[in-house]
Amino acid sequence: MPSTHDWINDPVGVVEGMFAASQSNPSSGWEARAVEFFKDRLKEKDAHTLVPSLNDIPMHYLKPNSLVKFRCFIQDMFDPEFYMGVYETVDPATQAKTLRCGKYKDVTECGVDFNSKNTVTAERQTFYCVPIPGENPWVKERYANSSQARVVPSTSYVPSRQKRSYEEDDDMDTQPQKQREAHAGPQSPTEHHGNGDCKRQETEAPSSQTTSASHLDLNFPLPGEKGPSCLVKVYEDWDSFKLNDMLEVYGILSVSPALSALADEKDASANLLDPTESMETAEEQRVHCPPASLVPRLHMLYAKQLQHNNPLLPSAATSEDSSAFLASTLSEMPSVREELLAYLTHVLLGDALAAEYLILHLISNVYVRRDVLPLGKFTLNMSGCPTVASYTERLYQIIQQLVPSSHYLGMSLQNMNQIRLVPKKDYVANRLVSGALQLAKNTSLYLDETQLEQGQLDTTGVRNVTALGNLISWQKVDYDFNYHQMEFPCNINVLIASEGRSLLPSDCQIHLQTQVAQSHLEEYLSTMHMLSQASSQLNKFRIYLSVARLLDYSISDEVTKSVEDDFVDMRKDDPQSISAEDLHRMLVVARLLSLSQGQTSLSRDSWLRAKHIEALRRSRMEQHKCVNGNEP
Amino acid sequence: MSSPASTPGGRKRGRNTNPPTPSSEDPTSPPSQRRRGQDSSTGDLMPMPTSPATDILSPAAPQDTSLLSSPRPSVPPNEVDMSSPLMYGTPSSRIEGTPRSGVRGTPARQRPDLGSVRKAPQVDLHSEPPSADGAVASESNAGQRLVIWGTDVNVGTCKEKFQRFLQRFVDPTSTEDENAGLDLNEPLYMQKLEEISVVGDPVMNVNCRHVQSFDAELYRQLTCYPQEVIPTFDMAVNELFFERFPDSFLEYQIQVRPYNAVKTKSMRSLNPEDIDQLITISGMVIRTSQLIPEMQEAFFQCQVCAYSTRVEVDRGRIAEPAVCRHCNTTHSLALIHNRSVFSDKQMIKIQESPEDMPAGQTPHTTIVYAHNDLVDKVQPGDRVNITGIYRAVPMRVNPRQSNVKSVYKTHIDAIHFRKTDEKRLHGLDEEAEQKLFTEDRVQTLKELAAKPDVYERLSSALAPSIYEHEDIKKGILLQLFGGTRKDFSQTGRGNFRAEVNILLCGDPGTSKSQLLQYVYNLVPRGQYTSGKGSSAVGLTAYVMKDPETRQLVLQTGALVLSDNGICCIDEFDKMSDNTRSVLHEVMEQQTLSIAKAGIICQLNARTAVLAAANPVESQWNPKKTTIENIQLPHTLLSRFDLIFLMLDPQDEAYDRRLAHHLVSLYYQTEEQMEEEFLDMAVLKDYIAYARTYINPRLSEEASQALIEAYVDMRKIGSGRGMVSAYPRQLESLIRLAEAHAKVRFSEKVETIDVEEAKRLHREALKQSATDPRTGFVDISILTTGMSATARKRKEEVAQALKKLIQAKGKTPAMKYQQLLDDLRGQSETAITKELFDEALRALADEDYLTVTGKTVRLLA
Repeated sequence: MPSTHDWINDPVGVVEGMFAASQSNPSSGWEARAVEFFKDRLKEKDAHTLVPSLNDIPMHYLKPNSLVKFRCFIQDMFDPEFYMGVYETVDPATQAKTLRCGKYKDVTECGVDFNSKNTVTAERQTFYCVPIPGENPWVKERYANSSQARVVPSTSYVPSRQKRSYEEDDDMDTQPQKQREAHAGPQSPTEHHGNGDCKRQETEAPSSQTTSASHLDLNFPLPGEKGPSCLVKVYEDWDSFKLNDMLEVYGILSVSPALSALADEKDASANLLDPTESMETAEEQRVHCPPASLVPRLHMLYAKQLQHNNPLLPSAATSEDSSAFLASTLSEMPSVREELLAYLTHVLLGDALAAEYLILHLISNVYVRRDVLPLGKFTLNMSGCPTVASYTERLYQIIQQLVPSSHYLGMSLQNMNQIRLVPKKDYVANRLVSGALQLAKNTSLYLDETQLEQGQLDTTGVRNVTALGNLISWQKVDYDFNYHQMEFPCNINVLIASEGRSLLPSDCQIHLQTQVAQSHLEEYLSTMHMLSQASSQLNKFRIYLSVARLLDYSISDEVTKSVEDDFVDMRKDDPQSISAEDLHRMLVVARLLSLSQGQTSLSRDSWLRAKHIEALRRSRMEQHKCVNGNEP
Repeated sequence: MSSPASTPGGRKRGRNTNPPTPSSEDPTSPPSQRRRGQDSSTGDLMPMPTSPATDILSPAAPQDTSLLSSPRPSVPPNEVDMSSPLMYGTPSSRIEGTPRSGVRGTPARQRPDLGSVRKAPQVDLHSEPPSADGAVASESNAGQRLVIWGTDVNVGTCKEKFQRFLQRFVDPTSTEDENAGLDLNEPLYMQKLEEISVVGDPVMNVNCRHVQSFDAELYRQLTCYPQEVIPTFDMAVNELFFERFPDSFLEYQIQVRPYNAVKTKSMRSLNPEDIDQLITISGMVIRTSQLIPEMQEAFFQCQVCAYSTRVEVDRGRIAEPAVCRHCNTTHSLALIHNRSVFSDKQMIKIQESPEDMPAGQTPHTTIVYAHNDLVDKVQPGDRVNITGIYRAVPMRVNPRQSNVKSVYKTHIDAIHFRKTDEKRLHGLDEEAEQKLFTEDRVQTLKELAAKPDVYERLSSALAPSIYEHEDIKKGILLQLFGGTRKDFSQTGRGNFRAEVNILLCGDPGTSKSQLLQYVYNLVPRGQYTSGKGSSAVGLTAYVMKDPETRQLVLQTGALVLSDNGICCIDEFDKMSDNTRSVLHEVMEQQTLSIAKAGIICQLNARTAVLAAANPVESQWNPKKTTIENIQLPHTLLSRFDLIFLMLDPQDEAYDRRLAHHLVSLYYQTEEQMEEEFLDMAVLKDYIAYARTYINPRLSEEASQALIEAYVDMRKIGSGRGMVSAYPRQLESLIRLAEAHAKVRFSEKVETIDVEEAKRLHREALKQSATDPRTGFVDISILTTGMSATARKRKEEVAQALKKLIQAKGKTPAMKYQQLLDDLRGQSETAITKELFDEALRALADEDYLTVTGKTVRLLA
């Protein structure tokens, strides 16, 4: 390794150097400078790609105490902890006292003098972080490929790790990248369906580790997730982080085996007389101090809040870059939109209107909240989905290819009655047990209602349906804290595929009108081509959808006036025809329509177009109502 | 109990009721042990390699004695070190056999809440040789200059100051319930001492705020060095007590329990600087552990010569003596469990209260240790204010490894618990909800209240994203404030409802749900349920088996949880009748009676109900009455003070304003949002303040105005032979008027309040109780479910039918259809089938005829 990479391989050394230097000059503020140092280093061109990522490199390839990055999601926040910021050690041989720095470390050196005057107690916060839930395989792959950090096992192999863990990971050793891809390959919805039988299979650790870690619940929000989870120690500004934030954390990896020793049996007897130790339940210890080989500790040096997790877009760190990028894509947007529309029309069995609405849905985003009202959400209920040839599942696979993170939830009776959607606080283990609705922002949640069959929802089922209803109407999830509930706002795009009108509320319902005859449907579906992975067209779509979501938007006074006039006129003709709710929806449609064209302000044309497609949609619903007399 | 002379049986687990017998004293105990107070360790017996601070102090104690000059000459010289905290508590070994009264006669009880000092990293003491013990004594006219090591606390001065505080502190404005029955103009704490002498509960709770207002310096010392200062307080109070009541008998010495330290209020703001300080935090108990007997002192006996020795537990560990001092056998000492001393201990976990939390974060938890009689004082679910000492202990990864995890474990040693919701089940709890307002805040609120248009301002600040519906917002505003609670239980009517119930009905999509959501988010104790998703038990209470204790426990539902708050019920019409029926009791008597699984009880449910209902035909039919439109039982409807219709007004100017409002929602800037957010906070405080502090009473003019209003309302209908108001309406008017007075922060209900109440009530009536046939306001629609005109019409038809039948002469049975056709032919107005049925039923009630299937038979 070149010496310039010392800050990657030995960040602790850098920190300690700064600490030592500060001893002669006490007011130097070395802590701020250390953080600054790493920030500066990371700002350098492509520097961040040199840092190995926990997401795509198996943990045992990483060198302990080196700098790593982790793209993650804050699943839980533990209590703040006090640690020895500065402490003094005594050499038993010479009685010489040395001051040491305890920051960014879990374990102290030998011979701590507890009664030293120079001990400085400091505070840090621990977050329990998991990989972003529902992150689609193409995102993972793309991030992994863009990384330039190639860690070669032979050089970074440090035998301080516990033997147990790397033996088990052996199967991954040979071809780590490929192995992971295979594991995380397209999650077929059928797989989920199967999982529904088992209530909490979702929390199983990655398969390669299950043998040793079956007792350890890594608490992933979604079933079948893989990847490392991490205890991130935050040293400053922890109030700025919120639960369910997406972060890219740069920090020092700590996997000291001493941390795992806690679980060892032989300690039990020694702990008996130590009241402070015996007070914690076994569950709590397991959760808060899991073996470091499974849940490494990451001491945060710098963290970036992620606006999106689309690897094709420049990360928000360099703002001038991203604005240039935006400008370049903006001009292309209308043409990409046409292509996407054509593709989705093809996918939606030739229904162009539904395809249009699907685009609007995919770029929708809660951009602001007015007291309790979230603005900008656009939950789409696509009714009339054919039930043959698992069409809804195919549709999901296509959406999965387009958006960075998504989740398929088959609303089968069994699933609804058994799955845990709402996170719940477990006071015994003192942690937040995750649920499928604990998702990062802009995750696409795909509810497949065609799977619903006749039967009865039990208490859990009713609660789950209520939670989904709340999520759709208010974009919030009430986490269950046993003694009270706590409301967490969220920003999740919900798409409901159903046969008739959904039992859940939605902002907008569109009935699919297939242009394909029922008899040819099977045939059509089998020939329906999926875009090949990583084709340039697919990438264009992906960029398009993410960019459209990030754009700013405004309405000029002029257009406001004309919108008002329109509303008044429409009401004059027939007051029943349009209610305040309809206007709300039309404003959202107009907003999304403009953004989908790459326009950042509402134009008269877009407004008229929004009115037009809304009218089309409504007339289709009327039609459908007449056909099906029993439709509510 | 650390005292070597402790009675082995009696000392275990708390209260010792046996007087110590001389026989229990170990005859061979070395003299050095006799001097031991609670803080000293076994001294020369067990030289500890890393002995903690207080261990160092005890050998120093004799030196102190020589240096000290006692402030009170009457005290025998060997008592001098009594004033030293090192000798905190009277070592009972010294006074064995003396009668149990006076300071010396009463055993000191160990205070593990303070005692765990030994486990704290008292670094500074160890690094200094004991000779440099901070107790630098020098004579001065002020008395001792001795300070406790590491602090600036002078024991003598501190004690004197505290005694002065006890003797002199008067708080004439005290409103605390604890002081009820005490003469507020007499020294407060002296009365409490008297209480102790009578009751015999040797605990003295001291409000830190009182200490602060009396002597700020003393207060500072108390919060900064609680583990040194509180024992000093204990000594002071005991001296004082036994001076005043020399003959009183206490189980053990009085312990001072300070509470209400202003140091820290929220768990989130705890930081390393608070370690070892006295803090008060509030939170909710989420878990309590089993009782843990914690060994305080181990008892060892030599297997060879039966020589016994005691070893104090240090940092959770016992240093087992390797050699018997008596017979010099090695490894002959064995631990005798039932002669060792244990104290009670319990781990309690508390979590931040949801109100104190920033959005988007999870609540923090803190571990609290309760000792001795504080064990089992609180239960999971309780809201408590805990005063205690914040501790941090380094964690050891493995006792056999020398490197430690560089993390401290933190906990609070509880000194005092105060439940904040203690009285909730029993009575009014306005005091319990002492939301603290800063002076500035109160000032701003008062300024706001003084504005003439405060009512309009507040109502427009309510749910700004919802357009217009001014009167509805005003109604909800009054609901938020509520009326004054009146107690008529002496005259047999019980409590009068003070809460205002409101029903919103109207077309779908008129933002009813949004309004409900807003209210739910605004009030501190609000509940939101949907009629579709809630069952009767979900609203009231249900019995379930607790998974841990396997006992049946009552789980309260939404209505009980929103006691003193607002229960928002959406889709009221979709509720099952069964569910709705539980609301009858809640909405008038404000209680909930439960008889389930052997649990019979009545719970308070003083909740205001804000309900929203959709019309049956999904669209409001203006040709029908409210009852017909929403199909709710009138018994329930009459319990709503205000029933508003939220309809689309369908007029152009309104449409334009609405459109403008909606469009502006979609492009307003962040700052405008901020402004509104501030408004919500102000509104919250305003309501909380008014609810807590303002209790308006009716003035003379207001009562007159109310009487007139009521009489007027009755008159309206009497002209047409209908009643348009019932006493329930009068009660509603009173509540509304009171609420309006609260909005103005006025202690008196005046005529303007009555005027507004009348106006609002009329508005609501106009909307909901207008008879669609006549256009008149008719309260009987709400009270009987049928308008008076409709009833009159029914009677007319019945009479006509009777005439028709009589005209037919002697035909005992007639065809139903035939009769209907005849009646239709005869009558000039249209007769519906329903009307005809009702007429038949009326006649059947008169026993004139019976209807069987399709035939009508005459009776008699």
